[in-house]
Amino acid sequence: MNENLAALVPETALLVAAVAGLLAGSWLPRRRQWVVAALAAAACVAGVVVTAVTMAGGRDQLVFSGAFAVDTATGAGRLIVLGALVPVGAMSVEWLRGNQREAEYYVLLLLTGGGTLAMIGANDLLMLFAGYLLASVPAYALAGFAKDATSTEAALKYYLMGALTGVVMLAGVSVLYAAGHATLYGELRPALPSAPYGLVAVGLVAVLAGLLFKIGGVPAHYWVPDVTDGAMAPVAAYVTTLPKIGGLIAAFRLLHQAFPASEVNWPLLLAVLAALSMTLGNLAAFFQTSVKRLLAYSTISQVGYLLMAVAVATRSDLAQPALLFYLAAYAVTNLGAFAVVTELPSARTLDDYRGLAHRHPGLAAVLVVCLLGLVGTPPTGVFLGKLEVFAAAVNGDYTWLAALAVANTVASLFYYLRWLTPLFRTPGVPADVHAPAGRWSATTAYLAAASSLALGIAGGAVLPLFTGAPSP
Amino acid sequence: MLTVVTFLPLLACAVLVARRLPGRACVWVWIATAAADLALVIALWANFGAGGGLRYEQRVRWIPSAGVSYHVGVDGLSLPLVALTCLLFLAVAVYSLRETRRVRAYTCLFLFLQTVCLGLFVALDLIVFFVFFDLSIVGMFFVIAGWGHGEQGRAAALKFFLYTFIGSLALLLGFIGLYLAATPHTFDMLDLTRANPLAGRGAYAALVLLAIGAGLAVKTPTVPFHTWLPPAHTDAPAAGSAILAGILLKMGAYGFVRIAMPLLPGTWREYAMVFIVVGAVSAVYGALVALGQTHFKRMIAYTSVNHMGYIVLAVGAAGVLAGTDVQARTLAVTGAVTQMVSHGLLTAALFLLSGVLYDRGGTYEMDRYSGLAAPSPKLATATGVAAFASLGIPGFSGFIAEFQIFTGSLASQAVATAIALTGILITAALFLRALRGMFMGSLRLPSSTGAGGFGDMVAAETFSIAPLLTLGLVIGVAPRFLLDVIEPAGRTLVGLVAR
Repeated sequence: MNENLAALVPETALLVAAVAGLLAGSWLPRRRQWVVAALAAAACVAGVVVTAVTMAGGRDQLVFSGAFAVDTATGAGRLIVLGALVPVGAMSVEWLRGNQREAEYYVLLLLTGGGTLAMIGANDLLMLFAGYLLASVPAYALAGFAKDATSTEAALKYYLMGALTGVVMLAGVSVLYAAGHATLYGELRPALPSAPYGLVAVGLVAVLAGLLFKIGGVPAHYWVPDVTDGAMAPVAAYVTTLPKIGGLIAAFRLLHQAFPASEVNWPLLLAVLAALSMTLGNLAAFFQTSVKRLLAYSTISQVGYLLMAVAVATRSDLAQPALLFYLAAYAVTNLGAFAVVTELPSARTLDDYRGLAHRHPGLAAVLVVCLLGLVGTPPTGVFLGKLEVFAAAVNGDYTWLAALAVANTVASLFYYLRWLTPLFRTPGVPADVHAPAGRWSATTAYLAAASSLALGIAGGAVLPLFTGAPSP
Repeated sequence: MLTVVTFLPLLACAVLVARRLPGRACVWVWIATAAADLALVIALWANFGAGGGLRYEQRVRWIPSAGVSYHVGVDGLSLPLVALTCLLFLAVAVYSLRETRRVRAYTCLFLFLQTVCLGLFVALDLIVFFVFFDLSIVGMFFVIAGWGHGEQGRAAALKFFLYTFIGSLALLLGFIGLYLAATPHTFDMLDLTRANPLAGRGAYAALVLLAIGAGLAVKTPTVPFHTWLPPAHTDAPAAGSAILAGILLKMGAYGFVRIAMPLLPGTWREYAMVFIVVGAVSAVYGALVALGQTHFKRMIAYTSVNHMGYIVLAVGAAGVLAGTDVQARTLAVTGAVTQMVSHGLLTAALFLLSGVLYDRGGTYEMDRYSGLAAPSPKLATATGVAAFASLGIPGFSGFIAEFQIFTGSLASQAVATAIALTGILITAALFLRALRGMFMGSLRLPSSTGAGGFGDMVAAETFSIAPLLTLGLVIGVAPRFLLDVIEPAGRTLVGLVAR
């Protein structure tokens, strides 16, 4: 039995930093609370370094009785999660300045990051559920962190939806346990094909309900716009990015490892969910006037594209690199767009962005790169991600889904352009609407946009890292 | 070498972004860059040599796991278009000496567009091609939205973006179809040409051709995908219209000869009739609608539909083996490429001339003008020459191109060719009518004319438009230097299609 604790250094680093930050935060004077932020960043960097070493070593393993897998998907997921936590933290600096709960904020961020990592590596249904809880509960608190009316409402909605789907998910876990007499994916795989069809189908759908809530996919997407709009901008950036990484990789591993031979036609189910997510997200985004709501619906549609890769998890070898690369590209691009929103706290509607190109050409350029990136315009990372995902879908015999995704991409262009065109008009809004929040968010925005472009251009170097079958 | 040619404008663009130069100096930097690029291309042309193969090839691994490489090279089909791109951008740069609105951003945008256009024509990898294809849409969107005619311009820009973006995504689906059919999976055009992965794949191949054909048809544009074109042209600034008509429309037509025909030869032959019909209909329909216009720029926009229709007719006819020989098909392909060059030169000149007209009179409505030949003889001469050249009078490039297209297509497609031929007659009528109405008779100017009256062309305008018309004349009188480059490549292409 492999109980190699060294395999879990990134997860442990986040948790240790969280505990240390909590203790330190209660002793540190108010103006020294930034130490906790630095500690959090250090933990992320350490995690990235260790992950890089592990991936370079190329030794896949299953640890703790096979409950946790350390393989390509885990490595890539760790890199993306840790790499996304840092910018989320960086764009929070200005929002938390002078806040008496600054240390607690970073601790919550570290805890939910740790939970996300636990979901990514989960190779066991109970481990998956534990990760789900650890990732969700701190996130509810983050959503209500601002303690004003809208964020309280956001936290309540987030919590209620999460509690409901969490219960459903736990029920699904127990049903699958009843059907397959195991919770380890490796033991479920041979057991499920001979199990009663109904039990397996119900159990799978119930487990997927929890994951769909995490990633904000249809039909568990109702919370996304309200939470994104109500929570603080950096939290909104977090909520629309990180849980997706955990939920999608977890779903991929679950379906790929536990259900490859099952009679349940889950590829079709996921293809339909993907189609619904991208279409409904796009249609709802069309006439939004609030930038945060627009981005919220845009993330729902992006989940649709990502689910395409999950739908063909076992039908195409291209699915895994496509999913992981798209996730990485989506994370930096989405964070870049949110960093601009964070940098301009007073600009809330599309109309408030009038004339941004004259006042802040740099931020306008970031928005052009990130929003066109979300559309999938080359040479940004999401373009390459979309290319891979479409190729995987066609290769997995879901050409109709790829065609629908193309149609959706065109439709999505409409609302992204609705945001982009005002940038270049003559300023019609008072100058203080464009008052920047500070240097941290701006730097994050520039770095995110640059990374989005770099991922597209240097995609050749990154893609091979994401290729490698999951550990058995 | 091609990489240098391609990215030189982008380099200049980066310099302009980094250093704050006054507007006029920016344009001079642009002129210098465009001139240097043109000189480089002339050097490439001089060393090109005979034969139909690829020259100056360069291949660097880019995304090997996805079968994508940075692969560039030119042959007789692309070199003329590369040269045309450099020349037109130089002409537009000279013309833009008059521009006064946000000149630095404007210059950067056009330098960026030049890199994109050159990159598309030298690309030998489907993804590289697609990247530039898509970026051209982005660049032109900002040109139309930023420097077009007000609110209407922004609406036209959005329409242009949405239409052509749909086309580009259809194209991408087709490319993915090709990619997945080949073993090992690759996006490289040469490897795909060699492998011919869709031979005998029936419905799958037809779907791929449908996706690629539709994508290219939107950009070309052919009936019924042309509806984005008139508003985009009408509301773009003159320089933008010239580039849009001169270069961007060629991307679609070029895609047919570079991608659709050699990569899907069997399917192309099978469905050649579709393209022949679409081409003939576009030629006649475009001419008829142009005849009904009172708006000078919109009229020229519709004649583009007509002229591009001839090209589609020719490439379709080149896919019909029965009743033709290699010579006829080669002639059709050569004519198509010559027409791309010729149309680029002449239509760009016409759009720049329309910009001169608008600058003086403030409107494009033809019936508001009369007798302009008296106050502005140079404008009248240039417009007359451009109009006659565009309708295909012998002695100009248009005649050479159309003659080859019709001769090459007539053997196998007598009916379609005869129908398309009537397009020439209609274009002649509409151009003559426009010339008579605007330049003959007693002087009448619109009320929106500026205080200075209707001045003749200034030096910047003359020096941008005259070279285009002169080259059109040179090609019309002594076309060998162009045809010697195109013909071998055309023969190679015809051989590939007949596989």
